[in-house]
Amino acid sequence: MSFTSRRNLFFAGVLGFAALFLWGLRGLPDFGRYEGVYGLTLNKVGVAQTHATNLVAAVAFDYRGFDTLGEEFILFAAVVGVAILLRAHRDEAATDDAKEKEDEGRNVPHTSDPVRVLGLGLIGPTVLLGLYVVVHGHLTPGGGFSGGVVLATAALLVYLAGEYVALRRVSPESLTELAESAGAGSYAVIGVFGLLAGQAFLTNVLPLGTTGHLNSSGTILLINLAVGVEVAGGFSFILAEFLEQTLLVRERV
Amino acid sequence: MELLHGLVLVLVAVGGTAVVFTRDPLAQSMVVSFYGILLGILFFVFRAPDVALSQIVVGAVALPTMILLALAKANQE
Repeated sequence: MSFTSRRNLFFAGVLGFAALFLWGLRGLPDFGRYEGVYGLTLNKVGVAQTHATNLVAAVAFDYRGFDTLGEEFILFAAVVGVAILLRAHRDEAATDDAKEKEDEGRNVPHTSDPVRVLGLGLIGPTVLLGLYVVVHGHLTPGGGFSGGVVLATAALLVYLAGEYVALRRVSPESLTELAESAGAGSYAVIGVFGLLAGQAFLTNVLPLGTTGHLNSSGTILLINLAVGVEVAGGFSFILAEFLEQTLLVRERV
Repeated sequence: MELLHGLVLVLVAVGGTAVVFTRDPLAQSMVVSFYGILLGILFFVFRAPDVALSQIVVGAVALPTMILLALAKANQE
């Protein structure tokens, strides 16, 4: 396709999009106006029903906890899928003699001292922040997912501050794998509490505690912790697998 | 809509355009990380702190890291 025809196609597209976009804009409600029945209802009754001050967590892990369970297993499946793909590739490389010789001569880039010092200093605060975000998920914004990723970035900092071997030592594959699967599994197990109490799956049957306290909101807190463990494990696991791929480090067994 | 809302929206628009116009993948991974933070600020300003947190950890940290690792791998081959 020539430049002129591509440009014409682009302008035709822009015009069409602009027309549809403006048409759509005219039908939108005013800025800040919200008429969702469920949202308005939950804003009124949510805190009283779940004792969680972060209604987002209440919705995600209680009112629509079953949907989130599905999302949880999407993440789980994605992590497992990435691991399987990367491992197959790694084994291929390992059997290739020529490639192996080339790998031995490869220099792993040296990290500069300022980066190492900064990374080392940030590990502690990052872990603390991650734990804080995970355990306060039912009280303040955040929760298992964001906190879990923050915790996983601590693993990345270990790699930056030290070496790949150090990362392997603080987050061994067996541990991150276990965290990922145990976290995902715990979510489902917490759901069974409801069944045991003679109610629906994932019903919040645990004592709700005092609103605003750390130990409150029943299963929402527990599920947040489970998700935090899963996400932290899953992301550190993927990170380690990717680094392994990139650096193709030969482990000394 | 306040001034702050408009300002953040403009910043996000500029940031998104900057990502598109950065042609070098390595530089682009840095620009996309910065754009991720801008989006996080946007969500925060529009009173969605939960989404803002997820956006920052995924858009500003996880995504650029994955791009960097993929680039490092691609450059080896």
